[in-house]
Amino acid sequence: MTARVIKHDQQHLFTAGCCPLSGLVETATETAVRPAFAADWARETADPSAFVKRRDAGGQSLSLMVENLSCAACIVKIERAVLALPGVSKARLNMSTRRMVVEWQGSAGLGLDIVETVTGLGYPVAPYNPEILRKHDDKAHKQLLAAMAVAGFAASNVMLLSVAIWSGAFSDMTDLTRTLFHWVSALIALPAIAFAGQPFFRSAFRALRRGGVNMDVPISLAVLMAAGMSLYQTMHGGAHAYFDASVGLLFFLLIGRYLDARARAQARTTAEHLITLNALAATITDNQGQTRSIPMDQLKPGMQLVVASGQRIAADGVITSGRSEIDCGLLTGETMPVDAAVGDRVYAGTLNLGNPLGVRVEAVAADTLLGEIVRLVEMAEQGRAKYVRIADRAARIYVPVVHVIAAATFIGWMWFNGGLWEPALMAAVAVLIITCPCALALAVPVVQVVATGTLLRRGVVVKSADGLERLAECDYVVFDKTGTLTSGKIALTPSAACSEADLQTAAALAGHSQHPLCRALVRAADGFELPLASDVREVQGRGLVAIVDGKSVRLGRADWVCPTEGPVPPGAADDCLETWLSIDGAVPVRFVFSDQLRSDARQVIAALQAQNIRVELISGDRETPTRAIAQAVGIGQWTAGALPAQKVARIRHLASLGHRVLMVGDGLNDAPALASGHASLSPATAADISQTAADFLFQGEPLRPLIGTIEIARRARRIVWQNFALAIAYNFCAVPLAVAGLATPLIAAIAMSSSSLLVTMNALRLKYHRQQD
Amino acid sequence: MEVLVYLIPAALFLGLLGLAGFLWALRNGQFEDLDGAAMRILNEDPEDPPAPDR
Repeated sequence: MTARVIKHDQQHLFTAGCCPLSGLVETATETAVRPAFAADWARETADPSAFVKRRDAGGQSLSLMVENLSCAACIVKIERAVLALPGVSKARLNMSTRRMVVEWQGSAGLGLDIVETVTGLGYPVAPYNPEILRKHDDKAHKQLLAAMAVAGFAASNVMLLSVAIWSGAFSDMTDLTRTLFHWVSALIALPAIAFAGQPFFRSAFRALRRGGVNMDVPISLAVLMAAGMSLYQTMHGGAHAYFDASVGLLFFLLIGRYLDARARAQARTTAEHLITLNALAATITDNQGQTRSIPMDQLKPGMQLVVASGQRIAADGVITSGRSEIDCGLLTGETMPVDAAVGDRVYAGTLNLGNPLGVRVEAVAADTLLGEIVRLVEMAEQGRAKYVRIADRAARIYVPVVHVIAAATFIGWMWFNGGLWEPALMAAVAVLIITCPCALALAVPVVQVVATGTLLRRGVVVKSADGLERLAECDYVVFDKTGTLTSGKIALTPSAACSEADLQTAAALAGHSQHPLCRALVRAADGFELPLASDVREVQGRGLVAIVDGKSVRLGRADWVCPTEGPVPPGAADDCLETWLSIDGAVPVRFVFSDQLRSDARQVIAALQAQNIRVELISGDRETPTRAIAQAVGIGQWTAGALPAQKVARIRHLASLGHRVLMVGDGLNDAPALASGHASLSPATAADISQTAADFLFQGEPLRPLIGTIEIARRARRIVWQNFALAIAYNFCAVPLAVAGLATPLIAAIAMSSSSLLVTMNALRLKYHRQQD
Repeated sequence: MEVLVYLIPAALFLGLLGLAGFLWALRNGQFEDLDGAAMRILNEDPEDPPAPDR
């Protein structure tokens, strides 16, 4: 599917030459919030060779952050240009992370050529380094804040002068005094516009140069024309000057833009977690039989890997020595560890619970199953990057309409007023000022910030800027089992069959093992005084044997604990989580464990179903526990034993049926599904990469935040639509006045600030809504 | 109306003073971590422990 999209883009690339996916209107905020910081970098340290990494294959590699990306066509354009450079073997650009990796043969000096090539295409770049990224983000923030402060200062002072002028119109103010006030206003407003308007002017200019328009074009036009017109009026002693309106407009819009930039920056910093997932070093045995530690990127297929007990396995491979138990939970979502012996395959990212293992490496880094999952996630995220936010969708209609009305006003006045350009231009400027998109540019970020803040107080972290909008559209929820519907912690099921003394004895042995069941036993015996176990031995794949109080005690599998006893006692099922304790060969005692459901899982599922949201369970675990959980919480539709790619396929299928799927999951195996869902939610205990892929993280044991988050997302969407309706209604009243040339600066100022206040106050309602429990 | 000759510059000066203060704070890094400060105040351990009594 991705391949088809890119091909489609390429066609457009060669015919249209600009970004086809984004259409005529590109995301205003996308380009404006990051004033070309990378260009600064290019000026200060032109040579990126310090960031060039030497690869052991003999080549060089360089990671770059690319700015100003707006659509998939940009990717093709940049990658082609870089690949055309001599010696470059790989150039891969990720749209959602804006990260590009280039690999080439030859000297590190080529890094400079690469940087210059991409910069020459109009995309500023910076070598990728999370530290640098943070710093530049901060710089962009500071510029926005400074612009906001200057605009705020100017707006308040010009407004003071304007109030004097307006009241002067009804009293005895002379024309001379009014002109003086206009001049003072100009003195404050013009430098302020020149400084604070830059984010808008730059973005508008960039869009125009590429042959498109964005939201910043009408804004820039309105501000510049209003200022220019007012200056002309002031010089000729005219009565109407719009200085207050133009700086006020800038101030309101900058508030919105700053809030939006903050939300985006927050989302981005959380996305940088991916890098930390890589293990830093691996232990290998070389040809001479020496054990040594090497950096992860030097690990190659064919090497002998040594995996100590409790260590994560660094690469995919085959076990050559040792026998142990492997916790594959991160990959498969299974609760129980699996036995692994010589000849078995093991996968990167899994955890060795038992004895040390020797592993012959067969695949490393991107070729591993883990690497495959990371790639699936990135692919799915690129699909999501195509989501167009509500405000931008509205802008696509809004911008052309505004321009047409303003132009029509100008032409109409010229036509019917005997070709006088001055009143015609005044009326057109008034239209531009009146229609300026405060509701879009201010109200949407305010709703976003208020919703994010409200959710944060309820323990839900909003990770992506447009996640709330996407969540509000969801009508289907897909759950993972382990760690999502359940708490992910195996706990002992209380039973009359095992006495306290048995539990204490079992826990005394269990304390010597890292096995999940043993740890659950130790947790269950918390608070009891444990007897001392001596001579503890772990029999691999069987259990533990020790001497407690002079008696030989065995803890482990049923057939091993009491091999000579008759038939296995009833209730011993294959898929059941259980362990047995036998003291001196006596009749064994059975301990049964289960993965505990989250306390309110059942109610939450019922609440979802009551809202007509369909619910499904897809687990990587085996059939029996999956069915049990599905029945316990009341989910009819469930799938067991699903691989990560199967989860993605199922979600894609649901999406193709027209559903908007919310994925709720925590495991590494859920990460691709999380990224491909229309929206996604993870518990804060989820694997790093899943947290990265999810739009929301919730804290705590209850599942209830899911309901609250959906509720707030929907209410936020409702308020955004209300604000649009308000804005349209207000334009409906004010625009005819402006077209008729009746909108004096006073009316423009009142209309603009009152509509901004109205939408902002409406947005704040979200905060004071009572939580429904 | 001669009083305007003093009042307008005085008003502008005060406004500029506020603006300068804000820009100084911005440059000084006061706005770098808006959420962190709210959390830090709940921290029991002082970040710069007072110098021990001599």
